[in-house]
Parts: sequence; structure tokens; C-alpha cells
Amino acid sequence: MSILGSLKWDDIFIVPFFKEPSLSTGIAAAAGGIVVLGALAVLVLLTVKGWWKPLWTHWITTLDHKKIGVIYIVLAAIMLIRGILEAVVMRAQQVAPAPGFLSVEHHAELFSTHGTIMIFFVAMPLLIGLINVVMPLQIGARDMEFPFMNAISLWLSVGGAALVMASLVVGHFETGGWTAYPPYTGIKLSPNEGVDYWIWSLMLTGIGTTLSGINFAVTIYKQRAPGMTLMKMPIFAWTTLCTAILMIYAMVPLAVASVMLALDRHAGFHFFTATQGGNMMNFANLFWLFGHPEVYILILPAFGVFSHVIPTFSGKKLYGYTSLVWATVAIAVLSFTVWVHHFFTMGQTAHLNAIFGIATMTIGVPTGVKVYNWMLTMWRGKLRFSTAMLFSAGFMFTFVIGGITGVMLANPVISFAAHNSLFLVAHFHNMLIPGLLFGMFAGINYWFPLAFGFRLDETWGRRSFWLWMVGFYLTFMPLYAIGLMGAPRRMAFFTDPAYLPWLLVSMVGALAVLGGLTSQVIQVWVSIKNRESLMVPAGDPWDGRGLEWSLGCPVPEHDFTTIPNITSREPWVEAKERGLRVMEPTEFVDIHLPKNTSMGFLVAMVATVGAFGLIFEMWWLGALCWIAMFVLVLIRSYDTDWEKTVTAEELRADYERHKHVVETTPKVSLDDEFTTKNRGLVFDMEKAV
Amino acid sequence: MSATTTNLGAHAPSDQGHDHGHAHGHDKSGTVIFGFWIFLMSDLIAFSLFIATYADAEWHGIASGPSPHQLFSLGLPTVETMALLISTFTFGICTLGMKYNATMRRTIGWLVVTLIFGAIFLGIELYEFHEFWIEGNTPQVSGFLSAYYALVGMHGLHVTSGIIWGLLLIVQMKTMGMTELVKTRLMRLGLFWHMLDIVWIALFTKIYLMGVLS
Repeated sequence: MSILGSLKWDDIFIVPFFKEPSLSTGIAAAAGGIVVLGALAVLVLLTVKGWWKPLWTHWITTLDHKKIGVIYIVLAAIMLIRGILEAVVMRAQQVAPAPGFLSVEHHAELFSTHGTIMIFFVAMPLLIGLINVVMPLQIGARDMEFPFMNAISLWLSVGGAALVMASLVVGHFETGGWTAYPPYTGIKLSPNEGVDYWIWSLMLTGIGTTLSGINFAVTIYKQRAPGMTLMKMPIFAWTTLCTAILMIYAMVPLAVASVMLALDRHAGFHFFTATQGGNMMNFANLFWLFGHPEVYILILPAFGVFSHVIPTFSGKKLYGYTSLVWATVAIAVLSFTVWVHHFFTMGQTAHLNAIFGIATMTIGVPTGVKVYNWMLTMWRGKLRFSTAMLFSAGFMFTFVIGGITGVMLANPVISFAAHNSLFLVAHFHNMLIPGLLFGMFAGINYWFPLAFGFRLDETWGRRSFWLWMVGFYLTFMPLYAIGLMGAPRRMAFFTDPAYLPWLLVSMVGALAVLGGLTSQVIQVWVSIKNRESLMVPAGDPWDGRGLEWSLGCPVPEHDFTTIPNITSREPWVEAKERGLRVMEPTEFVDIHLPKNTSMGFLVAMVATVGAFGLIFEMWWLGALCWIAMFVLVLIRSYDTDWEKTVTAEELRADYERHKHVVETTPKVSLDDEFTTKNRGLVFDMEKAV
Repeated sequence: MSATTTNLGAHAPSDQGHDHGHAHGHDKSGTVIFGFWIFLMSDLIAFSLFIATYADAEWHGIASGPSPHQLFSLGLPTVETMALLISTFTFGICTLGMKYNATMRRTIGWLVVTLIFGAIFLGIELYEFHEFWIEGNTPQVSGFLSAYYALVGMHGLHVTSGIIWGLLLIVQMKTMGMTELVKTRLMRLGLFWHMLDIVWIALFTKIYLMGVLS
């Protein structure tokens, strides 16, 4: 065993291209090159601009929940670019004359990384990031309950993502899809490091997510402002709580399944070896015991976002708060009772399939309740179609279609026919693109000023919406059609000419989605450039309703100068109706905030290096990093000076400053909401006192 | 709106006036322990999945290897179980010592006793593994043995980390004193330790009792 484990020259991204030059290896080399050059460009930029120190002191070592949330979202954005580019390459591959320009292996790697990245390194960081930024502000907390653990969660997720990126440069990712079922992913059929990349990157981010779940749940249980009973809590906090509970219980089965797979691969265990008393179907079982609740981990926070965006831009109270809460709880509970519908074809009895089929269809009921809630909130409202509202409305149309195909697939008889077809692929994209991405885009557009103090550009935002919306339909409606015609998923190429017209439309759709993403990049760029005119220092740029809009934008590090007393579900609406423009302060007292620390970052980075060691069978490196992590945690456990004080005087000064800004900012009517007149404090002039 | 309204805020002002390094009132300790409870629930899921996998493997995963009936006896596992049960009792005394402000000596003393019984448990477990191993009954033999080693091994790893944690806490009690921080750490170790005991009861019943009787 060499010191470099199983690492070989051929694992370096550029080598296969020189050995066997082809378009396929060329694309792989180019992708690796982009990662390397991109990383170098960032390093150069940081050095030239002298940003190392601010990056370290303000971001890497931060324990501020808002900044941690922002880093999560930046991570998701980077990974989203890769995920979408992969999708475009796959669409192009399938319209190219068979056998296409990618090797079958390369195509398999693409759909495996695409799925893994989109679920674990785009969707999860997006929602965890948004929760981090917004949830404490909504419930009147000053931070997460465990800020240090929050940093560990963050950097473990970053580490996991870094490993997936590293697989472009060193070695290969696995080829068994994002679900990585054995026996295909066993050591015999997948002898290289690909599956180990999957196992260890998910292990890192999975641990991070479990810790996030604990953090969110404890924060919500213990840190709500006085008077905020559970039934006065904002819906986004409710969906966060349910998502957190799902994270706590559902991430574990994934870890268990991947540990078993790792033991099978490297220690000769037989969990999944059919000939040696193993049961490979148990992997599917464990995986979906995670995988199905995961779907609701992804979707519930978006439901929360819509429950705030829609009332705000309809100028109305949310319709049916209580039913929305119970629908959320019902979905969370039911989500644990449906996992078998992912493998109706496994060979269990028809009775079992029937039970799980019915349970699956049942989930449609609370979800339907929610859609009606949102529609009735809009009913007779004064609708303003901001980017956030457009994404919410687009979601409602599109998501219902996905829901209907979901109920179709819930029928085991139909599932047998459509299993592993492109119909299924179209279905879950139809759920996750509106149900996760549109929700997160709406949330980011809506809450962006809280973190940065300025609004996002509306023109480019709306362009991005239309491109995403049209792109989605063009890409996935054809896949429904050819799925029903019999096209299986994960095929490197099709030879049936009947599919080609549909695949061409799908290709055009993928390009439109790419255009949507590009518009979003432009949107951020333009907004940063014009940030002076988009500033909303007085806060509340959309006539908001929740506690978070009572704060100035950007929100200061300590969030609230004093924690308000809550007496209703929409405290800010109530305050505004009483003519207040700033929440009345209670008594100012000294508060403690967590001090910055590099420990979270260091522990996670050591873990990442250790995981890299395990991937390439450098066991010594894994062991060394394990010890190093232990020592770092031990050092941290001796550190008791982890808080800094913000004095009552400083808080008073901050309050006075904010009050001054608010008093000197002219009121803005809803008509001027999207113009540069909006410096915060938007009002419905017809209602305003 | 009284001054008390902010008491529920993060890092409550009731911490004020405490020594800065110990700025964690009882409120904070309770929250930390609540968080740890939730973590334990999550850990229990992992155990239950390994138990479920084992329950399947002990019937369908024998392959060419031994069956639970052929492999297990009740003698050593019973001694092992007693050691762990005693350790959980002594940990209870240790916690009571901390609660009623007994001398640190007594708290540490009972913790040491606890860890010794934990080590006895672990020693017996390793001895048993060793015995199986030299008979050729390694995890590589069958799905059943894989599931057995993974399940019992995971419990053993938990006990090992509990012992290391306890040793470090003894050092911290000596060097940092009985601060609120160290106390909550001891409380959390207690919860952890008792949970492992409960899990072991399930393991002992499922693996050894039902295995021998099958």
C-alpha cells in the first residue's frame, strides 16, 4: 500500500485526455480545468484586492446566523451553475446522433453528479441558508441557539461540496445515479473511488444537516420572543420546525446506508451481497427511508416562503393559518409513511404496495389544502407581481401538474409501467423545480434586503422568472410524453427516431433554463452595481407583515435592539395599524453575542481532508485527520471566553439611529414599490393612517 | 412591556453580573441539554436501523455461516450486561453527588467506578469478538455476521467514546473546576450513558436471548 493510497496519475483530470483524446475526455478535462482555473482566479482576486483578511474575519470565522446563511446560499449558487451546465450537456448528448459525443461512463457520471449536487449541494444549502437568514428574525431571536454548531454544519456542507468538485479534478465520481444502489455500487462492479466520493461527501453534508436540524428545532422551541406561542409563529418558522424534525430523523438512515455500503466495499462485509446472506434491497429500503422525508425537507421551507410572499404581495392576511399549520404537520408525519413507493417493483406483496400507495395519495390532501390557502389569500387581494410573487404564482400552476402526476405514480399499477422511465424524471423535476427552486428564488428576492440592505433588480428578476418558467415547461413536458412512450431514464442515447423531436424541444428548454440562470447572475451583478439606488435603509420595502420587516435593512449583527412582546400572528401589521414605524423598545439591557471563531471552519476542513484520504484509501490520512479533529474540539472545549457584550448604550444608540432613519424617510406608496423612490417603508396609502 | 420580556432572548440578560466566562445561566444549561436529547433521538434512529437490519439478517442472512443459535451463549453476555447495568447505577450516584453539592471527590470517584464498569463491559465484548474471530466467524462470513458485528460494534464504539469523554471530564473537573459548563457536560454524558444502557437491553434481548432461544 503506497502512501498515496489508490491515487494514480490517471486520476488527474487532464491525463485521460492526452492518453485518448476524444470529445468526451475533452469535456471532462475542460470541466476539471474550469474548476482549477476558477479556484486559481478566486485566489488571485482575493490576493490582488487584499480581501483575505476581511474574508477571514467577516465571513469564514463568523457565527452570525445571517452571514452563515449567506455563505450557504453562495455555495448553492456555485453548485447550481455546475448542476445546470451538466443538465445542458446531457440534453445535448441525447439529441446528438447516437451514440452521442459522451462515453456511456461519462454520461453516467454526469447524471450521478447532477442528481447528487442538485439535491445535496443546491437544494439543501439553499433552504438551510434561507432558514438561517430569516427564521431567527421572524421569531425574535438574536441568533441560532448553538451558533458554533451552526458554523460546523456550514463548513461540513462546504467540505462535502468541495469533494464533489474535487472529483472533477482528481479521479471520478460514481456512475450509479444519485441513489447509488448496490450491487452496482459494490466494490466488484464499481472498483474505483467514485462511490467513495459519493459516500463521504454525503456523510459530511449529512452530519452537517442533522446538526442544522437540531439547531433549528431547539432555536424554535426555546428562543421565540415572549408571547409568541406556537400558533402565533410565522408559517415559515412552522415549516422550518417540521423540516428540522425531518432532518433530525431522516438524515440518519442515509448515513447508516452509506456506512454499510462503505463496510461492504472496504471491509468485506456482506450487507448487500445477495450470495453471502446480504440483502441489497435493504439499501433501497434504508435509502428511501431517508429519501422520501428528504423530499419534504426540500419542499416544506418553500411552502413557508410562499405563505409569506403571497400575503405580502396580495396585501391580505394569510387565509387559513391554522389549516396551513396542520397541513404542514400532517405532511411531515405522512412523509415517513410512504417510502416504499420508490420501489413498488421490488417484489413485496400487493397488500403492502396498496397501503403505501394509499398513504402516498393521502399526502396530496394536505398539500391541496395549502394550494387553496394560497389561492384564497390572493382572492380579491391587491396583487403586485414582483419577482417573488411571480415565482410563487408560477409555482402554484406548475406544482399542481407535478402533484397530479405524483398521484398517478402513487398507484402501484401505474408505477409498474412508468417505473424508471422519463415520466418519473419529469415528475420529480416538476415537483422540485417549482416546489424547491422557485420557492427559494422567491424567498431570496423577497428577503434579500434583510441581509444586504438593498433590493434585487426587478427587471432582470422578472426576465429570469419567465425564462425559468418557459424553460421548465419546454424541458420537462416532452419528457412526460416520451416517458409514456417507453423511454427509460439514465440512457446515454436513444435510437428510436420517434423520441428525437421531443428531445429537441427539451434541449431548447434546457437552454432557456440556462438563460434563466444567466439572468439571475446578471440580476445580482446589476443589483450590486446599482445598490445605492436600491438601498432600503428604513426597512420594510414591500409593506411586509412579519417581525423581520420591523428591522432596518441590512439587519444589524444583534438583530433586535430589544426583543419585542408578541400579541398577534402579524405583529408588524398590528404595529403599523397603530401608527408605529419602529417597534417600541422595551428596556435596553446588555446582551451577549458569540465571538468569531475559526474552529468550526478548521474542524470541517480537517474532516474534508480526512474524507479525501478515505476516498483514495489513504487510511493513515483519515486516521490522522480524525485525531486532529478530536484535538481541535478538545481545544475548543477549554475555551470559555466565547461571548462578546453589546452594551445597553450601544443598543440604545442603534435604536435611535434606526428611528432617525425611519423618521426621515418619506412614506412610499405601493405604486412606487419597484422604483428608486422605495427607500423602505412602503405603505398602502389607501389603508395607511 | 416589562423588563422581563427580554428574559427569553438569546443569551438572556439574567446572565449579567455572572463572571463573564461562565455567562451561562440555568436557562442555557437546560437548552443545551434539550438539544442533546434531540441528538440522542437521532442516534437512536441509527441504532434502530441497525437492529432492524440485524433482525432481517439473523433469519435470511445466515448463508454458509453459523446461525445465532450455534454462535451465541448467554454466559458472558449476561456478565457483560450486569457490568453495564451497574455502571448506569453508579453514574446515577455520580449525578446525585453533583446535584447535592457533594465534594468533587465523590463525583469523580463514582465517575471512575462507572468508567471501570464500562471498561469491563467493553473488555468482555472485545474478548467475545476475539473468540468468534479465531473460530473463523468474522464479519466477512455472512450477512448475519456483518449485521452482528456492525450493531454490537457500533454500540461498543459509543461506549468507547463515552469512556474517553468521561476521562476528559475528570481532567476538566480538576482543571476547570465544577463550573456550570462542566456540569452540563457531565449531565450530557449521563444522558448518553443511560441511553447506551437502554439500547444494550434491546441488543441483549434481540441478539443473545432471542438468538439462543431460537
